[in-house]
Amino acid sequence: MDLKSQILEMIRLSSTNLSTDVEEAIKAAASNEEEGSPAKNALNTIIENIALARSQSTPICQDTGALIFYVDYKAGEHEKVYIDAIGEAVKEATAKQYLRPNAVDPITGKNSGNNTGTNAPYIHFHQWDKDYTRIRFMQKGGGCENCGTQYRLPDITLGAGRDLKGVRKCIIDAIYNAQGQGCAPGIIGVGIGGDRALSHILAKEQLFRKMGERHMDPEIAALEENVLKDINKLGIGPMGFGGKTTALEVFIGYQHRHPATFYVSIAYMCWANRRKSMTIKNGEVTYA
Amino acid sequence: MLKITTPLSEETIKSLKVGDSVLLSGRIVTARDAAHKLMVEEKPDFIREYLKDAVIYHCGPVVKQDSKGEWSFVSAGPTTSSREEPYQSTVIGEYGVRAVIGKGGMGPKTLAGLKEHGAVYLHAIGGSGSVTASRVKKVEKVFMMEEFGTPEAFWVIDVEDFPVIVTMDAHGNSLHANILEQSEKVYKDLIK
Repeated sequence: MDLKSQILEMIRLSSTNLSTDVEEAIKAAASNEEEGSPAKNALNTIIENIALARSQSTPICQDTGALIFYVDYKAGEHEKVYIDAIGEAVKEATAKQYLRPNAVDPITGKNSGNNTGTNAPYIHFHQWDKDYTRIRFMQKGGGCENCGTQYRLPDITLGAGRDLKGVRKCIIDAIYNAQGQGCAPGIIGVGIGGDRALSHILAKEQLFRKMGERHMDPEIAALEENVLKDINKLGIGPMGFGGKTTALEVFIGYQHRHPATFYVSIAYMCWANRRKSMTIKNGEVTYA
Repeated sequence: MLKITTPLSEETIKSLKVGDSVLLSGRIVTARDAAHKLMVEEKPDFIREYLKDAVIYHCGPVVKQDSKGEWSFVSAGPTTSSREEPYQSTVIGEYGVRAVIGKGGMGPKTLAGLKEHGAVYLHAIGGSGSVTASRVKKVEKVFMMEEFGTPEAFWVIDVEDFPVIVTMDAHGNSLHANILEQSEKVYKDLIK
């Protein structure tokens, strides 16, 4: 199989076959909600939908998202090979209805019809020293992307200072403001530090982590667990219908900051956390 | 589980209460951002007959066209409704719409419009594109596809047993307002 076809298969898997770690987390949440409640009914429909999408090979959600690729390539490889293959794979995935045309010219309002355009799809390139190539893919829905936000600490309104207590308040505030709008229960990526752009990038990249995968720094790992418990006290629930599950996960990352800046960025991912990866070693492809 | 079918009478709509689970059948029309802007700014007549006593669905579907040119829906869950808050009440009044389906709920302006015109807001399950598309029996017509692209076009469709929950009724009640109020108390306590 050529590179384009291999990438096309990763797109198909991502759009139609939700990763089992996310599916298991949703099932656990459903069993925790009260019988007959709107929250439980919503989660049961979601579970039914995940199975149907997988069996029919149709998109889990009609908003197949902004298409974001992360390519880690070997020294000596050319980025253009990946740019071309990804572009062609995206066009074909759109023609096959694995993807909805989601690239709109902001000036003319015209939809390109095939998911390509300026910075669409967006590809993050990174050259590494391993003996294989890795391509990661994320479909970021528009409704949940609109729930993302960025805080500049200190924040007087929240009473949030430049420490982890302040970070915690930012996360709770963002999820409270999102209510059910981001297709709760959400998976929350948090980026601490960096400039404004890097902070958002770090937050979003956290969404690749496996459900239950805690940060290696124990202090951050504890914050992830504790703030998730706090969020789920809000009672917003699945779809904002009320209930015990407002978020499924909180993943926090941090990086160095400029002395004058302290940004906390929030990437809100809907329950349909569609991300896959593929590795290519000696021409052999493995999907995960 | 209540079952309702279009055309919807004002009486049927007023009998619905927040929290009711409903299976909706009949004609619905997808309309989202570009369509709502158009309906308010230009009040086009081509969509009028399809909206009277019928339903607007906030949805940008994934669609398929077969070799004979027939359209079908592949994935078609709701999109976030709050973006239509500036327009919705006007559209309901102008076109005699009886129900709006979407996700995330809408604000006070729409809630007042629902009460004034005898209409309800029905919440579908966000992200459940495959299940929802399976309830779409027929695509009748499409308008403005060239101009708006497939997600933003007006799709006139027939649905059967489309599952929704009433979250804003014609009597001024909103589940979203209730949840916001309840969660605000917890929120204030958490960030103290």
